[in-house]
Amino acid sequence: MTISGAEILIRCLQEEKVEHIFGYPGGSVLHIYDELFKQDNIRHILVRHEQAAVHAADAYSRSSNRIGVALVTSGPGVTNAVTGIATAYSDSVPLVILCGQVPTSSIGQDAFQECDTVGITRPCVKHNFLVKDVSLLAQTIKKAFHIATTGRPGPVVVDLPKDITAAKCAFHYPAAVAMRSYNPVTKGHLGQIKKALHLLLSAKRPILYIGGGVILSDAAPLLTDFARRLNFPVTNTLMALGGFPGTDRQNLGMPGMHGSYEANMALHHADVVLTVGARFDDRVIGNVEHFAREPRRVIHLDIDPSSISKRVKADVPIVGHIRDVLEEMLKLLEDGFETSADLADWWARIEKWREKNGLAYRQSEHIMPQFVVQSLYEVTKGEAFITSDVGQHQMFAAQFYKFDQPRRWINSGGLGTMGVGLPYAMGTSFANPGAPVACITGEGSIQMCIQELSTCKQFELPIKIINLNNGMLGMVRQWQEMFYSKRYSQSYVTSLPDFVRLAEAYGHVGMKIEKPEDVKGALTKAFTDYKDRLVFMDFIIDPAANVFPMVAAGKGLTEMVLANDL
Amino acid sequence: MRRIISILLENEAGALSRVAGLFSARGYNIETLTVAPTEDESLSRMTIVTRGSDEVLEQITKQLNKLVDVVKVVDLSEFAHVERELMLIKVRAIGKDREEMKRMSDIFRGRVLDVTDSSFVIELTGTSAKLDSFIAALDAGLILETARTGVSGIGRGDRILKI
Repeated sequence: MTISGAEILIRCLQEEKVEHIFGYPGGSVLHIYDELFKQDNIRHILVRHEQAAVHAADAYSRSSNRIGVALVTSGPGVTNAVTGIATAYSDSVPLVILCGQVPTSSIGQDAFQECDTVGITRPCVKHNFLVKDVSLLAQTIKKAFHIATTGRPGPVVVDLPKDITAAKCAFHYPAAVAMRSYNPVTKGHLGQIKKALHLLLSAKRPILYIGGGVILSDAAPLLTDFARRLNFPVTNTLMALGGFPGTDRQNLGMPGMHGSYEANMALHHADVVLTVGARFDDRVIGNVEHFAREPRRVIHLDIDPSSISKRVKADVPIVGHIRDVLEEMLKLLEDGFETSADLADWWARIEKWREKNGLAYRQSEHIMPQFVVQSLYEVTKGEAFITSDVGQHQMFAAQFYKFDQPRRWINSGGLGTMGVGLPYAMGTSFANPGAPVACITGEGSIQMCIQELSTCKQFELPIKIINLNNGMLGMVRQWQEMFYSKRYSQSYVTSLPDFVRLAEAYGHVGMKIEKPEDVKGALTKAFTDYKDRLVFMDFIIDPAANVFPMVAAGKGLTEMVLANDL
Repeated sequence: MRRIISILLENEAGALSRVAGLFSARGYNIETLTVAPTEDESLSRMTIVTRGSDEVLEQITKQLNKLVDVVKVVDLSEFAHVERELMLIKVRAIGKDREEMKRMSDIFRGRVLDVTDSSFVIELTGTSAKLDSFIAALDAGLILETARTGVSGIGRGDRILKI
């Protein structure tokens, strides 16, 4: 029996246990939408812009261990999706993006809504496919899911010409894929693992520097066990919040440009650094030469060999799946490998740094953004899923919401895409029905995907939007204040909408909060009285609030500016 | 430092652009690039000549290996190998230059492939340096056109790049 390519596609998705697809229809995907109409297993979430479809699918992956799927039409559908794809690629998020394409006979003819999808997306996908023969469709979909979810994960695009989704073929879904050119490593090299442990256990000033890989590989419980057993300090990057409990004494907070004082000092002065699923990027270690001035031994564990010794040379590289390698390390410790050095002096130094209280902020008669995040933390008891956009609010959220569990903090760390917050909250809501989801954003970012308030209404998503409104592009303004002699070029947002009425126009609840004493009450109300509604909370905050500590671009990790230095 | 990288990759549409795109996106330079199917038609072999420090080369190799279409990558310059480039060069050959051109071609072990009353096409194979010196040895005004293939290379003896 033969069935159409569109039906084959849907059957493949069902085989992959896909429950949600985020998408937007158009000419070249009509056959697929017709098949979606005829079945009930997969729920299609109609967004209002393709960018949001990909962001939502991305958050669906990040906030669960399932994989997000997006479906867009050819041409502008694809180009709109590109920001979403690049965002997921930067943070190594597994994702499958299905794109319509003009019929194979029209490819290259400058047809209506034609674009070179494979060419446009090539630099921002893990891999992409153009399906030119319906008999290859099922195995291509199988490969797409396999590639997206294994090794270092990432988005995979499948381009589907319209005639392929119409053509008929027998359906057979392969049980497994074998690709001679793609065989990611999993097990780490035992010799290297032992070498790493020797080094770690002889360290006088060790630190665990963990990144997004810990979350992506679902290794947080193992990592936590490992760190606690050795009593090592841990610093987790923006991408790793929740990879080690945020409330744990051993957690020093984030490293980097807006990292904590103790995390940066400890990372800089450690004699042995165990890097797990992180990549020493510019926002984390600042100036590479400055970082290199202090001698230290680096153990680098990552599934992607190209992340190792890219910016900082590793003394002990370990290529492997983080979970497998940590399991191996824990087993060796269990077998009585060695005992670690006495870390009392090191901890005493760290506690001294911690006493500096680098996250302290001045009070004012206005609402301070940090206070809003702290209040949100209290009201949600630290158990909410928090999505954020990009800017000052993102840093305040990362600094002041303590994540004790992985996959609760959803943000665009690598690409830094403004506008992700609301669609991220949507994807998170679908992946975690019933869980509290808050989107911490600003009046700049939220307007980049504001149309999704309509999607939220359609699907009755009870998202709480925490809009930290300072009437300025805060992070841009902060840099202009500090490095451009206060020439605030284009960083004011004038003619802001009345967000309360805007939310109401979309059918949601709007609140405007202007006084510090109203913050907690409003938040409590949003999470109780309006538990099942989307609440847009417009917090009018102190426009002068800045993010500290700060390591200026090009400076070293120890050259931080603290709020109380000013 | 000059390096020669040999790559076995799936002989599929778009595979070349993935490799070329990687080099441009990451700012690596390509001096020459050649590619053709191997004896196994499902595979292509690509040879890239590039320049970079050890660190850059390590990154290039790792990044190439990450490409899903790439099956194997070898830095030929790490061990004994032979490399050759082929050049077709069209030169003006009139009057006394005809004899001179023939002699130069013989000295460089070239072959004259095409003769007209005013030009020769000479085929020359060798290392890139040899081809460069042939060009340098000619009177620049007599060179009408050159077509070079870029470097192709292979390991000596037991060094075999195969899947």
